[in-house]
Amino acid sequence: MGEVTVTHVPTSSAPPPRPGLSTLPAVPAQPAPTPRAPHGRTEPQPRRTALAEGFDQLRAAATTEPGRLRIIGAVLALLVVAFGAVTAWQMTDRAAAADDVLTSSQPLSSDAADIYRSLADANTAASSGFLAGGQETATSRDRYERNIRTAAEKLVGAAANSDPDSPSAATIAKLNRLLPEYKGLVERARTYNRQGFPVGGAYLRYANEKMQQRMLPAAEDLYKKENQRLRADYADATPYPWAAIALGVAALAALAWAQHRNYRRTNRVLNHGLVAATATVTVVLLWLVVGHSFARAGLNDSYDHGVRSLNVLHDARIASLKARGNENLTLVARGAETRKAGGETHDAYDYDFRAEMKALGTYLADAGKLADDSSGERPVTAAAGNMAEWNKRHTAAREQDENGNYQRALDMVIGPKDATGECFDSVDENLRTALAHEETEFRHAAGDGRDALTGLSSGAAVLAVLGAAGAVLGIGRRLSEYR
Amino acid sequence: MRARRLRASLKGWGGVAAMAVVCALAAVFALCLPVAGPDLVDGAAVTRAAQTRTVRAEEDCEAPEQQTLSPSSADGDTIRAIKNREGEKRKLIVGVDQNSYRWGYRDPNSGQSAELEGFDIDLVHRIAEDILGDAEAVQFKAIPTDQRIPAIKDGRVDMVVRTMTINCERIKDVAFSAPYFKTGQQVLAPKSSPVTGYDDTLAGRRICTAAGSTAYSTLKADREDGRIPADADILKAVPNQLDCLVRLQLGEADAVVTDGALAASQAAQDPTVQLKGDAFTAEYYGVAMKKDADDLVRRVNQILVDYRKDTANGWQASYEQWLSATLGKDARKSEPPAPRYLRTT
Repeated sequence: MGEVTVTHVPTSSAPPPRPGLSTLPAVPAQPAPTPRAPHGRTEPQPRRTALAEGFDQLRAAATTEPGRLRIIGAVLALLVVAFGAVTAWQMTDRAAAADDVLTSSQPLSSDAADIYRSLADANTAASSGFLAGGQETATSRDRYERNIRTAAEKLVGAAANSDPDSPSAATIAKLNRLLPEYKGLVERARTYNRQGFPVGGAYLRYANEKMQQRMLPAAEDLYKKENQRLRADYADATPYPWAAIALGVAALAALAWAQHRNYRRTNRVLNHGLVAATATVTVVLLWLVVGHSFARAGLNDSYDHGVRSLNVLHDARIASLKARGNENLTLVARGAETRKAGGETHDAYDYDFRAEMKALGTYLADAGKLADDSSGERPVTAAAGNMAEWNKRHTAAREQDENGNYQRALDMVIGPKDATGECFDSVDENLRTALAHEETEFRHAAGDGRDALTGLSSGAAVLAVLGAAGAVLGIGRRLSEYR
Repeated sequence: MRARRLRASLKGWGGVAAMAVVCALAAVFALCLPVAGPDLVDGAAVTRAAQTRTVRAEEDCEAPEQQTLSPSSADGDTIRAIKNREGEKRKLIVGVDQNSYRWGYRDPNSGQSAELEGFDIDLVHRIAEDILGDAEAVQFKAIPTDQRIPAIKDGRVDMVVRTMTINCERIKDVAFSAPYFKTGQQVLAPKSSPVTGYDDTLAGRRICTAAGSTAYSTLKADREDGRIPADADILKAVPNQLDCLVRLQLGEADAVVTDGALAASQAAQDPTVQLKGDAFTAEYYGVAMKKDADDLVRRVNQILVDYRKDTANGWQASYEQWLSATLGKDARKSEPPAPRYLRTT
């Protein structure tokens, strides 16, 4: 036994005065006859419930010091174990949520954005290919194929990571069904286009309709759902573990009280078991508060500087893609669709183009504000510059088209040099760079946050068991003095 | 395991319950029908008959293709306004189609140019050359079938040259030139299809038409009249007649009804479909313009007279270049009769 009494108080020495406890034996020098509680019953009463019986026994026990010590020991052990268990439980939840943020929900939200982007880009590439008047170019074909491939791969990943029966899974299944249908329509369009038949264009219109009206809304829906999941994981990972902290404080207070009581009764300053229990509980509590604060800071940082930037940049990229798609469709439709707004008749696609460009401008401004270092800001500024040039060239191209110079307008939009296509590509490339940068920042911050929680729950569990053992032993040591 | 069994047994009971509900509903319908039925059917029939009568009354207007102004080369306000357009904008704005094979379309194999070409486009160039002295001074606007009249009324285009049939309904909204082409509605279906023409074989078939086309209104009216079976399924109209070929090939439609000239264009793009039966209407294509653009209508009529006379670079040459392959070498059945100009105001 490691129990060493530091201050041995002989039984003959005068006990400290105990005004409040005068009816109780001052020093348990020898096993005293168990005094009865004033109202304790000696004869068993008939028809008593087990609970009442137990309660009475407890009350009877509480009147003797060993009985009290037993109760104190049990309560201390229970408190410490409960503290450990609640800590382990709450921190397992938070660590799992933090791990989900880093390894599951954020990548899935990014993947969903990529699915949307790939689909929209594939559609734009397909329509640009046909827009060129002749056969599609190798560049536009490659771009289309690459995007379809990306979308298919990311859909497989998203399907593997979604819970069966969840709304995300239904959306993914829908997209998986529509993608081959879409591809089939584009393939037919290509074949007919090669033969010089305008029905190829009709197939492309049909494919575009399918993409715009069914696939892109589904992809957007998926993106929103995955973002919700990400936010939910953040909400699970960051709140303070109040229950664990409260239990920890309660356990510490109880331990302090027990030791104080011990000192008052025995004049012994230290009970090794109780000291060890206090030490472990303090360590766990500190670990819990500090570790969680670090994790919380890391995660909040990853949200503020990572996820928010990523969301805005994804939105910007999607807006630029929509704008590009509408710009192309303006030339494909050649004034076929109009919309009345503000008493004026506008070309429907050009109207949408301007709306998307405006949205792009807003997103880029937001992204610039959210970027917290120069390497994050640079690509965003560059993209804003590309966008301004795009707007300028677009206006010039529209003017040519309005004047009936369709071929010149076409060259200014999809031509090989000085076309708006260049600006769109630059915007896209810059946004890609910015996204990669923010992604790294996010991984860094969220990784730090998650790592701050490493081992906390198992550590808390082990230490709590040790602490409880210490408390029991400490009380046991005192208890043994009565035997 | 138990949960699954429970679910299976629940499903079994669900089936029984569903059957019970269906039986109950059937009983309720059987009881209610004799009361509500006759009234409902009669009311609907009366309305439909009335509608049919109005449609027919409009159809009965005197030869709409002759309701046009006599030719003249004099410039009026409309032509002067077009000629006064400045610089790059000095162009004739024409609504055309870019999806009608050999009428107005872009050949993907014509090199890098995005020029529209076809029978309608030739005529547009001829009109531009005559009015503005430059055959290329044209701004083409692609117009869906059901946007032709709104585009003219809103002044978005000077004229529409887009396989547009002259009919009684339309001459209320726009002014037409004399006819420049003769055609009629025809049925198009896969070669293997049991559909033989515009007749009872259309029973239960899904028929595709373009929104705002004469085919759509004719089909609706004929189904009311019983000229085609009542269970012929007229599908939701598509924006362009060519979209019908897509639906046909994808198995979403069983037959297409459109102008013979356009149906032949569709058949030319897919050797597995063919025209079924003869044309069941006689229709004429005209150039549509604003209702009050009298000088422009007279001018276009004058141009058409010259165009048809011109054998070297006129109507005949254009027909041979674009349409003889799909409609046959003999242009006489497509040529409209000598124009009459019965409209005076």
